Amino acid sequence: MKDTPLSNCERDFLLKAIEEKKRLDGRQTYDYRKIKITFGTDYGCCFVDLGKTRVMAQVSCELVAPKENRPNEGVMFFNIELSPMASPAFEQGRQSELSVKLNRQLERCFRNSKCIDTESLCVVSGEKVWQIRVDVHMLNHDGNLMDAASVAAITALCHFRRPDVGIQGDEVTVYSPEERDPIPLSVYHMPISVSFSFFQQGTYLLVDPCEREERVMDGLLMIAMNKHREICSIQSSGGIMLLKEQVMRCSKIASVKVSEITALISKALENDKKARKEGGKFGFAESMPQERITALKKDETSVEMSDVSEKADEIIQKAEVPHQTVPSPVVPVAGVGQIGEDLQHTWGLDDEDDDEEEEHKEDSDEEQDEKNMDVEHEKEIRGCVVEISDSEEEEVIILQAEKPGKTPIKTGSDSHQKGAAAASRKRPNK
Amino acid sequence: MEVCRSSAVSLREFGCEQSLLSRPDGSASFVQGDTSVLAGVYGPAEVKVSKEIYDRATVEVLIQPKVGLPSVRERSQEQCVRETCEASLLLSLHPRSSLTLVLQVLHDDGSLLSCSLNSACMALMDAGLPMSCLFCGVTCAIDYDGKIITDPSAAQEKGSRALMTFAIDSTERRVLMSSTKGSFSVHELQQCIAVSQKASEKIFQFYRDSISRRYSKNL
Repeated sequence: MKDTPLSNCERDFLLKAIEEKKRLDGRQTYDYRKIKITFGTDYGCCFVDLGKTRVMAQVSCELVAPKENRPNEGVMFFNIELSPMASPAFEQGRQSELSVKLNRQLERCFRNSKCIDTESLCVVSGEKVWQIRVDVHMLNHDGNLMDAASVAAITALCHFRRPDVGIQGDEVTVYSPEERDPIPLSVYHMPISVSFSFFQQGTYLLVDPCEREERVMDGLLMIAMNKHREICSIQSSGGIMLLKEQVMRCSKIASVKVSEITALISKALENDKKARKEGGKFGFAESMPQERITALKKDETSVEMSDVSEKADEIIQKAEVPHQTVPSPVVPVAGVGQIGEDLQHTWGLDDEDDDEEEEHKEDSDEEQDEKNMDVEHEKEIRGCVVEISDSEEEEVIILQAEKPGKTPIKTGSDSHQKGAAAASRKRPNK
Repeated sequence: MEVCRSSAVSLREFGCEQSLLSRPDGSASFVQGDTSVLAGVYGPAEVKVSKEIYDRATVEVLIQPKVGLPSVRERSQEQCVRETCEASLLLSLHPRSSLTLVLQVLHDDGSLLSCSLNSACMALMDAGLPMSCLFCGVTCAIDYDGKIITDPSAAQEKGSRALMTFAIDSTERRVLMSSTKGSFSVHELQQCIAVSQKASEKIFQFYRDSISRRYSKNL
């Protein structure tokens, strides 16, 4: 399905508005949309709402063999999934340009900045390491997917707990969460991406563009930074020339935004930890807004079971007895091998035969007719002409001439022969 | 056979939120206990020429697992959901168009297929697509003692001998789709169907409540 195209009117309107320092949703130039972070029921599951953009990240782990050149380092794997739910333009299972770009950017942002201690993920050097897999699902695309994805991924990584392992000699034991408390990943720092969009060849700058603004922008600058004001990655796309001052200004804005977002993530993690510790309710189900008119929740309800058994009995009694199925209803044709063929049957011989016959009585009646016809037909052909040559005419003429009365032996069902006969009668008239 | 007479058969607490996503034409998230599924519907919209059907709409169902890429399990569930949707939607009203239903698993704690069906129905309702009836999904598990458990959690599913999911329509409580796993007798199957039909009434009542709540302020 294609995305709805943006009309020229909309484009002009948006650009005009940006020139007048106005944005569609009433934000100021440097304002970020509202960020909401919620956690799923299990560890390493995180939802991020950035305005209407909605992203889910899930971290999972498994034991794998390490890379040959890095025998004592764990493996990090990032996967951004542009689900067709997010936008009709996204297609299932197809690597689009955008998804490659986002995946690449996320990898640079996290793996290359070494924000996760991969050496602590080593179990047996050169043999077994943890592979940490981060799946980021886009649920709703309203612009600035990268920032939402980076926040979701780092929050999920911070939230994730991997199972504890014990090594006795050569044996590696993975303990379930009930046996030993799972261990959090060691996260050195939290890189967070901040996007800036440029309009009119870099004259105007907006922070956190929404989907409409992304469509009319000329260039995009993504700066990934941590709260220590260290730049983890910086990427400019859209082929726009930026001045040194512009980049400096953007990095200053980014540092402010990053410290705000980091504080928010820490707070969200803290809240979740507290909720889990208290044993209270947490997770996605609890984060569902109750006050909204579109949401409704119902408590555990019991199902009336009193007459279920009787009803089932009734239905079964009413139902017809199913047909006795025959193990092998196929009549073996000469040349078809079948188990038991040409051998003495040693069990259930009589019954089986009876059944088989019954089953086939109706079928065979019908078949009989057809066979008779076929036989007749064959006889006929044999009777008149042996050869079946490509040129029908001669043959048919002979048939007509020699045996005019033989064809309508089996009247009624034999349209083919009649047709043939009719045709043959016609032909000599030509 | 004295079974499931005394057992308390119940549905876990369930909830739903509709139109929570801005991009899709209809969206809903359905929560059953800890299991939750998010559904988004696009359509009726333009269809690919290769998938076009001249007298009705093409229904496409995609299930996205939480981790990794969709595999055979998701494919089979997609088929179950698609066939149920095709049975209830009035597809001939939108010929040569496409309906895309995307289901994202948010958390799997048992009864995933029934939760997917319920969220799908809510999303279709939210999208305002014409349907001949509503449908809901109920999962029943039969444990080794022959006891029937409705809406089982993942742990209960693991300790069960047979697992059945039925899609039930709202008009005559007929079975639109069934998906079973494990071994069971005909009697047990009929019992499970009867239980599911009873349970479906609760779910349809919930559908009704949530829709009437939603439209309570519009007039």
